Amino acid sequence: MKLYNESDHGTPAKKATSEVKLSVDGRVVSVPAGTSVMRAAAIAGIGVPKLCATESLEAFGSCRMCLVEIEGRNGTPASCTTPAAEGMVVHTQNERLKKLRRGVMELYISDHPLDCLTCSANGDCELQDMAGAVGLREVRYGYDGENHLKAKKDESNPYFTFDPSKCIVCSRCVRACDETQGTLALTIQGRGFGSTVSASQNQSFLESECVSCGACIKACPTATLMEKSVIDIGLPEHSVITTCAYCGVGCTFKAEMRGEEVVRMVPFDDGKANQGHSCVKGRFAWGYTTHKERVLKPMIRAKVTDPWQEVSWERAITHAASEIRRLQEAHGRGAVGGITSSRCTNEETFLVQKLVRAAFGNNNVDTCARVCHSPTGYGLKTTFGTSAGTQDFESVEHADVIMVIGANPTDGHPVFASRMKRRLRAGAKLIVIDPRRIDLVRTPHVEASHHLALQPGTNVAVLTGLAHVIVSEGLANEAFIRERCDFDEYLQWAEFVKRPEYSPEAVEKVSGVPAETLRGAARLYASGGNGAIYYGLGVTEHSQGSTAVMAIANLAMATGNLGRPGVGVNPLRGQNNVQGSCDMGSFPHELVGYRHVSDAAVRAIFDKAWGVKVDPEPGLRISNMIDSALEGSFKGIYIQGEDILQSDPNTKHIAAGLGAMECVIVHDLFLNETASYAHVFLPGSTFLEKDGTFTNAERRIQLVRKVMTPRNGYADWEITQLLSNALGYPMHYAHPSEIMDEIARTTPTFTGVSFDKLDRLGSIQWPCNDRAPEGTPVMHVGSFVRGKGRFVLTEFVPTDEKTGPRFPLLLTTGRILTQYNVGAQTRRTANEVWHPEDRLEIHPFDAEERGVKDGDWVKLASRSGETTLRAQVTDRVAPGVVYTTFHHPSTQANVVTSEYADWATSCPEYKVTAVQVSPTREPAEWQTQYARMSADQRKLAEPSK
Amino acid sequence: MSASAAYDEKLVYMANQIARNFSIHGEEKAVASTLDHIRMFWDPRMRARILDHLRAGGVGLEPTTRRALELLSLAATE
Ligand code: SF4
Ligand code: SF4
Ligand code: SF4
Ligand code: FES
Repeated sequence: MKLYNESDHGTPAKKATSEVKLSVDGRVVSVPAGTSVMRAAAIAGIGVPKLCATESLEAFGSCRMCLVEIEGRNGTPASCTTPAAEGMVVHTQNERLKKLRRGVMELYISDHPLDCLTCSANGDCELQDMAGAVGLREVRYGYDGENHLKAKKDESNPYFTFDPSKCIVCSRCVRACDETQGTLALTIQGRGFGSTVSASQNQSFLESECVSCGACIKACPTATLMEKSVIDIGLPEHSVITTCAYCGVGCTFKAEMRGEEVVRMVPFDDGKANQGHSCVKGRFAWGYTTHKERVLKPMIRAKVTDPWQEVSWERAITHAASEIRRLQEAHGRGAVGGITSSRCTNEETFLVQKLVRAAFGNNNVDTCARVCHSPTGYGLKTTFGTSAGTQDFESVEHADVIMVIGANPTDGHPVFASRMKRRLRAGAKLIVIDPRRIDLVRTPHVEASHHLALQPGTNVAVLTGLAHVIVSEGLANEAFIRERCDFDEYLQWAEFVKRPEYSPEAVEKVSGVPAETLRGAARLYASGGNGAIYYGLGVTEHSQGSTAVMAIANLAMATGNLGRPGVGVNPLRGQNNVQGSCDMGSFPHELVGYRHVSDAAVRAIFDKAWGVKVDPEPGLRISNMIDSALEGSFKGIYIQGEDILQSDPNTKHIAAGLGAMECVIVHDLFLNETASYAHVFLPGSTFLEKDGTFTNAERRIQLVRKVMTPRNGYADWEITQLLSNALGYPMHYAHPSEIMDEIARTTPTFTGVSFDKLDRLGSIQWPCNDRAPEGTPVMHVGSFVRGKGRFVLTEFVPTDEKTGPRFPLLLTTGRILTQYNVGAQTRRTANEVWHPEDRLEIHPFDAEERGVKDGDWVKLASRSGETTLRAQVTDRVAPGVVYTTFHHPSTQANVVTSEYADWATSCPEYKVTAVQVSPTREPAEWQTQYARMSADQRKLAEPSK
Repeated sequence: MSASAAYDEKLVYMANQIARNFSIHGEEKAVASTLDHIRMFWDPRMRARILDHLRAGGVGLEPTTRRALELLSLAATE
């Protein structure tokens, strides 16, 4: 095993149609026009000394280390900022250049501590390397003069330190924060010798605007910005390429290791989804993997009020299997089911649904995507023929108009957001449709052309209103529609959207979006060039979530914004493997590859492969499992990597349903909230401890590689396999690659996928088969998966969740950058410093009316329940709307959310709940009760520790 | 309300919600689409349950929903 070090050509690659030929130290090299002399030299195999240049950033030309001579030109130009030209003759090394470079180096070193032996970057420092490269042997200037050696360290950030005494003011960090991340948190203050790097207005890193993405640390050539883990442990000795297990961006990382200890996670430059960038979660928040609360031994108990008893794996598995069989014998085959996890690998998810369909013998399998993107599945399948985003991330670089609907990419999908912001800074136009003024609406050098701050619950009215403007103003792309879509359906749809109830004025009345803003947005999207739509859970988590997805698809078809780079309909997936868990047949009505269980031909494939008869009837969804448990027909459940008690709506109802079951098997890293109702606990493994694949939001399948032995003893796929074997349905996979082979054998969109190929290509976007052996970056090129694109009438049916005198405000929920989902992982890391509690955002008017001040405790009550949390008074939300996150079990926003759900998929309506807010001094009654119960549950686990 | 009645009410709500969202396509199509949707996405015990409710008078069912369920009931007894 080795330590990966990506090559650094000094300046970014240029895309150009023409090439220029030049000679560097006698070697002739041909490069795209616009390439720097430094890069051309690197391509020719010659490393020109450099300090301020690095491949990920535009050249800056400040350090003067990279001087060269060019025949026919005066002086010694900097090779990083000089473009190569046809016929150029370059010399990178001669006496004059050597002397000049040594002189520069001497100046740097004279203000740099010479503690190399004890420096954390010893062996990984470009300054040290360059001192060697230029042959520096003595420093003529002493430390007597003015210097920065005593400058104070900033250790405020939990993950990295800033030691200004080592700074050479190359400004790579500043440029990384500007260009790569787009936060612009750093500046160089002062001039000349007095200049220093500073975060925001001379604040500490923690107080500054810094979002801890780590880009500056990666760019820093010295030990000035350094991961604390490296300072603690030392430099890594080998690295393994793997995939982040947090969000649907799917960043590739180098897990840099010392033995089996992770030293740091560094974003991989060749990662297709992230191109060397990362966010605070993937980069730093992996400490939960060794957190003391992680459960490592299986446990069982007869009643949920009993203490947990630690048992052997064998005993736990045999017990779980016998309970499942007992319940099936007593209550029928359909009395049990399973839930797959969007955090687990494709192979693990596939195995859980196979366990349910083949070993349990029913289709009672569902996944947490039910509560986030199931409407995407329904909506895109109905309109385009398959349930997936149409583009790759790279596509955004070709977009002219970007429409973001119900998504908050800077918090939810930060690395993609950086890429999007780069495109916006370069001139693309932005439309935001969101009740809240998300960060993207106004960030440095980015300002949305239109922000449609609609009332929660009115997406379909607004989207159909946009269609109204497009059709009635003749902005539809008829040529595209005639060629690619069912034209009769289009004509019907066009008549429908032209109805007066979708005119901008009518839509303004229901949504609060000014008619002119709506018109402006529609015109811009339809006629501003390539129009790309990105949407999130603000679209799907509604009683008309599926309808809204179809309304989006309609807009893209009507304007011809499909089937090429720069356009498309792109769901931004929440969890790392939401796309994959849906692809892998986690829904009760669909087998792998979105094929309905009622299709006999499809079932025949699996009957043969699995040696069973697959049930032709759809099984229960999560919410139906809970209802059926309360009804008495559903008795046992196997839940892998999901905390339904915290993540699903109406907590009380879920708790009652779980409480009514006789065997709840929780397979997870921690005793999560659901585990309070469990009878069997199977400890799970982390992404660092197993092999497999994740599929990100652009359908990109990427390898997850094991970097350490599972601390719990088994990878998750092995645990499911043990359970299956104990149930008498044999599974004998030796490695997850064999599971992928089975997926490929049974699924037409995956026939070309294998671990070998993934290893070779780095990643593959499905479909990958004979027609697309290396995968499919952009879908629906030439024709739609279903043949003709289908326009669907999207009538606006308002939700039944209504405000009234008792509950006059609308609550909508979301997430923030540093926490992830229900927080099980991120709350167990230092990320807590940024978000130690959920807060309720409330507009100043609403706050004043209720006598609520910033930071006050308030009671948030709805028809379902109530909770207390602290208020944050802000005009980010409109009057009448309040907002909170759901990362903390002590708040449990889902105690408040209603049970209304999407009409087609039962995806809960998290984004609209009628609530009242009032000042309070004490926690809600259930919170006190809950805190007690939670503490009791942890105590029950103690004897086993 | 008993838990059982609450469950019936919930299924009725779900079925009506489906029919309501298809109603824009016209009555005949809405009936067919509602029937198809319930067949494709509801587990058999939920279908049986709502058919029991239909047979017991079908309180709360909207006309389109009722027609779709009557067709479902026919298919189930065939
Ligand atoms: S960590 Fe990221 S956001 Fe913070 S200063 Fe560095 S580049 Fe900027
Ligand atoms: S902190 Fe590092 S990257 Fe930033 S100016 Fe100093 S040496 Fe350069
Ligand atoms: S953007 Fe998502 S995938 Fe990338 S590092 Fe952050 S959490 Fe991980
Ligand atoms: S590397 Fe070219 S001037 Fe610094």
